[in-house]
This record gives sequence, structure tokens and C-alpha cells, in this order.
Amino acid sequence: MIKFRKFAMYLFLIIVSFFSVFPLYWMVCAATNKSAEVISGRLIPGTYFVENMKALLASQNVGRAMTNSFRYAIILTILSLIISSLAGYGFEIYHDKAKDFVMNIILLAMMVPFVATMIPLFQMFSKAGWLNSTIGFILPTISTPFLIMMFRQSARSFPHDIMEAARIDGLSEIRIFFQMFIPTMRSTYAAAMTITFMNAWNSYLWPKVIMTDSNSQTMPMVVANLTQGYVTDYGVLMLAVLFCTLPTAIVFFCLQNAFAEGITGAVK
Amino acid sequence: MSKPSKKMTLNKKHNITGWLFLAPGALLILFMSFVPMGRALVLSFKTGVGAAMKSCGLMNYTRMFQDTVFVQSIKNTFFYLIIQVPIMLIFALILASILNNRQLRFKGLFRTMIFLPCATSLVAYAVIFRSLFANNGIVNWVLVNLGILDQPYSFLTNVWSARIVIIIALLWRWTGYNMVFYLAGLQNIEYSVYEAAKIDGASAIQSFFKITVPLLKPTILLTAIMSTNGTLQLFDESVNLTDGGPANASITMSHYIYNVSFKYVPNFGYAAAMSFLILILVAILAFLQMKVGDKRD
Repeated sequence: MIKFRKFAMYLFLIIVSFFSVFPLYWMVCAATNKSAEVISGRLIPGTYFVENMKALLASQNVGRAMTNSFRYAIILTILSLIISSLAGYGFEIYHDKAKDFVMNIILLAMMVPFVATMIPLFQMFSKAGWLNSTIGFILPTISTPFLIMMFRQSARSFPHDIMEAARIDGLSEIRIFFQMFIPTMRSTYAAAMTITFMNAWNSYLWPKVIMTDSNSQTMPMVVANLTQGYVTDYGVLMLAVLFCTLPTAIVFFCLQNAFAEGITGAVK
Repeated sequence: MSKPSKKMTLNKKHNITGWLFLAPGALLILFMSFVPMGRALVLSFKTGVGAAMKSCGLMNYTRMFQDTVFVQSIKNTFFYLIIQVPIMLIFALILASILNNRQLRFKGLFRTMIFLPCATSLVAYAVIFRSLFANNGIVNWVLVNLGILDQPYSFLTNVWSARIVIIIALLWRWTGYNMVFYLAGLQNIEYSVYEAAKIDGASAIQSFFKITVPLLKPTILLTAIMSTNGTLQLFDESVNLTDGGPANASITMSHYIYNVSFKYVPNFGYAAAMSFLILILVAILAFLQMKVGDKRD
């Protein structure tokens, strides 16, 4: 009975893992095969990568889209981490009634759906001349209630005596934050970085609204463009999907353990 | 008397430092969330284009309930919400409690594979699923070759199958994500509790319902709220997987609002009114979930 249960458990996990990985495996196979072979069900990686690459580069400016996506995502991640962690730290370490009240109001912003702010933001940004610009991309999501909440939660475990000792040593408050808090909270930062970078890289609705010029397009927009034709070249399409997926996959793999650790701290 | 007064000023100084630290983040949220929300509310009582906007009372609000496409988009979104979110959360919870088992081997490998879909971009996975379920896609190829179907079934152009493909895609993308939250929550439960329950003769299913679920309640509440919020705002999948089709049968609320704002003749007032309805729905559902989650049993 126990043996059977164990077997069933592993079988279940293997089936779930198979379905989790299969679409991605298929993507890699399709990206390296001729479209006709993809349609005829070829399920092993092929040798058509170079040809697909040439066709992709001929139809879309992938280099520019990748550069744009990287620029937007990296700048957004850096600013977001600094500003949100500073706010979360401020809310927790110096907390009083007024600050707790402000925090509760900020948490309400979590419920505001993006479509509800999208049109006024578009109007404000086009008036300010921020369409097709990096600042236009990043400004709405630099500070998010979720990240502030996460850093506020982790600041709770920041030892009070370290702070007192640092103060006695004459460290200013801002230096305590940069020199003591940031290094101790490395895993929270890694989790926040993973979340922010992925969200920035994946964001689609907002760039679709404000990136009206094809020179400012992001990688997800290019992938979406490729599906618009009547005949889909699966090889070319999946190669673009692969390029769109690689950066987030790499970030995720490098920071996977730190991510899990950071989440653990946040849900405590 | 000099000592307390010095302490007072130090406290005051720290108080101000705190405000300075949180000011940039708080102000950004004020100007990027609350101010636009207020503007959207004002906009929702207006009609027209650009500078020629004029007040129209509640017309936008009465109009949306006669708008068959919008009503359809509400129905679709709630269909995704009611079917997909519970299945996903239960599935994630089961996977997390299996992976929490100390005797399990290759735990890290299984965890990574199940979490892998989260590494894909939303547009990318929508396009992958669109290709998998296409007429000449691999799913049809397998079904035809196994003899289950005589000829390829057009998943994306039939009403119910299009909706179900969206649900399958959502399950694929987000189950692992929620599982990680549960695994993290399980780390905070002493493993000895499970061992004690086992010695007392509790079955795996009993300890799942009597230990795991009650102790993970705050995490379950968090994931339920996040998933509800995310589902009510679905956009990428509807646009890139089914393009809302066939004939708006799978369109989501956000997708329709986007179309009304930027694809058709722009009608910002009407779109703002519809987006306000989403805001109200999100607030009501979050409130209900918190009420349910708070109940002591």
C-alpha cells in the first residue's frame, strides 16, 4: 500500500512536470526546425536555426526591440528597488500611527486595476511628451504597493540593536540603510529584483498604449506583431518567443533560491 | 531636564527621516494611482473626443449594461475566475504539500520544472499556446495520429474550446507560481507537527486538511486575492491567444476596454466608466475574501 502510494506520488509529479516543461521544449524544437517540419509534428531539435534567424531579422528589428526591453527593464528594476525598499524601510523602522495610516492607504492602491488608470495616465503622459520614452515606460510602476509591503515586512526582522550600535558609532540614518540594511536583506532584494524585472520585461498593455512609434517597441510587442500575418511561420515565431523568454528565464534561474527565500520572509 | 528634551528632538528627527524615506515611493503611488483614478472618475461622466469632451451624466454607466460585448466580456472574465482560480489554487496546494514531504527525492528538480512556466513572458506563452492548439498545431497532430479525432479540431474558433484553452494556458502559467508561495508558507510550519500527526495515526489526507490548510490560511488568502485581481485584469492572453474570438466569445474586460480606448474610434469617457466597474468589482471581491478569510472556525 505504502509502496503504491509512493509510486502514485512520483507518477503524479512526473506527469505534472512533463506538462510544465513540454510547451517550452516544443518552443525550442520549433525554433530550430523548418515551419513545415514543425507542423508535421517533429519533436526533436533541428538544424534550421540559422535560416529562421535570418528570416526573423529580415521581418522584425529584433535587436532594437531587445535593446529597448533591456533598457526599460533594467532602469525600472534599479529605481524600483531603491525607492520601494527605502519606503518600506521608512514605514517600518520609523513607524507611528500616521505612517501606518498612510501605509494602509497605499495598500488600497493594490486593488486599483491598471485599466482604470491607463487612460488618464496616457493623457497625462502625452501632454508631458513622454510617449515613446523610457520615463514614460517606467514611471507608473517604479513604486508598487506590493514591493513596499514586502520590504516593510522584511524590515521587521532587521535587528534593532544593530541600528542602535550603528547610531552610537555616528552613522547617519541614510548610511545605516545603505550600509547595514541592504546587505542584510540580500534575499529580499533578490526576490524583489526577480519580480520587478520579470514584470517589466513582460509588461505588454502599457507599452502597447504609449509606445506608438515602432522604434520604441519592446520584445513582447514584436512577438505579438509576428502573429498578425495570415500564414504563421512557426520556426520564426518560436525563435522570437525564445528570445523573449531567455532573459527572464536566466534571471529566474540565477535567483531562484534567493527568490524562494525572499518570498518565505514575505509571507511570514 | 535636558535629557528628555534631547530625546524628544531625536525622536522628532527620526520621525522626519522616516517621512523623507517613504516620500518618493508614497508620492509616486499618489500621482500614478490615486490621481489618475480620480481623473478616470471625472472622465467617466463625459463623452466626446479630445478637447471636445462634454458632460453626459450617467449615460456611460447605463450604456455599458446594454452593450452586449461588454456584458459578454464580464461573463467571460467571471467564467475564467470561477473555474480557473479554485482549480489552480487547489492544485498548487496539493503540489506544495507533496513537495514538502521530507522523504521525497529529486525535490529540487520537480520544483524547478513545475515553476519553469513562470519564467516565460505572458505574450510568449500566449503565443506558444496559440500555436500548440492551432489547426495545424501539435495537439491536433497528436489527437489525429492517436485516432481520437478524424480531422483537426479548430480549438480557437469554437466558443467553448477557445475559453477552455485560455483556462488551460492560465493553469499552466500560474500554478507553479502559487505553489512557491505555499511552499514558502509550509517552511514556516514545524515539520515535527506532521511527524506527530503521523505517529497519532493521521492519514496524509487528514493532515492535509487538519494541518496544512488551516495553518496556510493567510497565504491562501493572499494568493486568492492576487489571483482574483490578476484574473479580473486579464489582457495579454485574450489578445494574443484567441484575439477575443470567436466573435468576442472569449474577450476579457480589459481587452474590450483597450479596444474601446485605442483600437476603435477612441471613447475615453465610456472606457473610463467601464474601468471603474472593474475597480468596484475588485474591491468587492477582495473585501469578501478578507471577510471569509478572517472568520474563525
